[in-house]
Amino acid sequence: MKETNAVFKSRGISFLYLSPSILILLTFIFYPAWKAIILSLYRSNLFLGTRKFIGAENIQNLFWGPLAPGFRQVMVQTIIFSTLVVGIGISVSLFLSVQANKDIKGARIYRMLLIWPFALSPAIAATIALFMFNPEVGLVNAVLHMNIRWLDSPVLAFLLTVCIAVWKNLGYNIVFYLAALQSIPRSPLEAADIDGASPVKKFWLVTFPLLGPTTFFLLFTNITYSFFDTFGIIDMLTRGGPVGPGPFFDKEGLTTTLMYKVYLDGFGGSSNMGFAAAEGLVLMAFVVLVTFLQFRFLGKRIHYEG
Amino acid sequence: MKKNESLWVHAVLIFACIIICFPIVFALIKATQESGDVTSASLVPGGAFWKNLQIVWYDYHLGCYLRNSFFISVWVALGKIVLSLFASLALVFYRFKGKNLVFVFIIVTLMLPTEMLILGLFDLVSTQPAAKLVLLLQWMFDPVEFFFAPTKYGFGWGDSLVGVVMPFMASATGVFLFRQHFLSIPHSLADSARIDGANSLQFLRYILIPMSLNTIGALALIQFIYVWDQYIWPRIIIRRTANQVVQVGLNMIVSTGESVQWSQVMTAVVVAMIPPLLVFALLYRSFMNGYALSSEK
Repeated sequence: MKETNAVFKSRGISFLYLSPSILILLTFIFYPAWKAIILSLYRSNLFLGTRKFIGAENIQNLFWGPLAPGFRQVMVQTIIFSTLVVGIGISVSLFLSVQANKDIKGARIYRMLLIWPFALSPAIAATIALFMFNPEVGLVNAVLHMNIRWLDSPVLAFLLTVCIAVWKNLGYNIVFYLAALQSIPRSPLEAADIDGASPVKKFWLVTFPLLGPTTFFLLFTNITYSFFDTFGIIDMLTRGGPVGPGPFFDKEGLTTTLMYKVYLDGFGGSSNMGFAAAEGLVLMAFVVLVTFLQFRFLGKRIHYEG
Repeated sequence: MKKNESLWVHAVLIFACIIICFPIVFALIKATQESGDVTSASLVPGGAFWKNLQIVWYDYHLGCYLRNSFFISVWVALGKIVLSLFASLALVFYRFKGKNLVFVFIIVTLMLPTEMLILGLFDLVSTQPAAKLVLLLQWMFDPVEFFFAPTKYGFGWGDSLVGVVMPFMASATGVFLFRQHFLSIPHSLADSARIDGANSLQFLRYILIPMSLNTIGALALIQFIYVWDQYIWPRIIIRRTANQVVQVGLNMIVSTGESVQWSQVMTAVVVAMIPPLLVFALLYRSFMNGYALSSEK
């Protein structure tokens, strides 16, 4: 940190400026996070208001006993779901951004049409999808002249949720890729031209490495998106259902992600907040790992750039 | 560029734009149709938009939802900007011990998104506060009870917009962005401001804020849209329709069962998209300069 900029000295005033932020973070982030850990040691029902200390039983139940197979299924589903949403989302937006960044007529219009979904919310994306894919009155079935029950078939519902989640986030990804592409220096590309590199080679050997920092940034924001922000899409489209095929996927709804399961277990009909908190701890561990990797990477990058 | 290649690029882009934009065009058209036409495959715009809007605005409480969403988005965006401006002012232009520690303390909260905290947060925000200050203090100064037992007293903000707003008020992203930006300001400027006798508030008002307009604009855009899109926290903490926000409101408009009026639902969708789109259009330039194009995010 550059200490040369620190021209003011009053400790009291600096504390005064920092205290609102610190107070709010302590009260509304650190304390609830800590309390979630404590909650995982209790058997607790939201509606009955009952609470009983049971030690590590909730955490044990994640891995052994009758609740474990459902949790295992949701873990596997979450990983598949997130991999698809992040993988497809990033590669499609990278491809489209590269096309829209080319020197062609109307490029500005294309760019504008591609980035506006930045302002699209998960709930809005899901509402439109709910209508378009409605089995009775939806446009998709009318055009296909078929009667597909999109949200009742587990695999179709899962794929549809992935597609809507990808669609919702395209604008966000494209904004950052287009910004990065526009700030790429021309000289390496010109040098590649002189060497007679093909466009495909030019992309993989010059453009793609130069986009590295943006890709990493998007990788991490997209992982968080697929964990948390897709909640609205799932809640509106499928409410976590329908139950998947056996013998492995028949414990819970196929579109239930870990975040959605935490919500269902904690606030759903058979409220078991302690168990939900234990699942939340696993989610927390995931996010801490992802953020840790991000900081490590970003730390290195800033280091290299001096 | 060779002609064939550019034709191919056009074809790809047009196809992509159609796929990406079609659902919205579809929603726009359906929002104008009469309830009789809306369930057909017809994509001819009708003239019933105002009628649909009136029904959804009053009968389905869209107006109410929008007002609530607007309230929380504006307050959170404002609160985050002000709080992180002051925090970064202290972190960059003040000299005190443990500065790095404070910065790490703030940045670590990036690991704890509100969605993940809903279980602990729900108790804290919705539980009724202590009847007497003495009881609260007694509880707070009993470390075993305060830290290791379930939350005894909370804020009693269940079902209120304050309860939605408060957990979002402080911002690691904001502190991070402002701090990076402030560090890039030449220190001669801060020096000369102090030599001229400016106090830190004047320094903030007349030098830092005018120099940070892009960062402020970028942050306003990010946070407004972030809060406007919030779904899970308001869904849990708000129970009465009158206090609900528009994202969860959409769910309530859709879940009216078999009789759901799709033309009115699509009208609600179109209207709910306007505020974030407007903010996006207004602040796009500062967003690009203050965030997307800057190397540190």
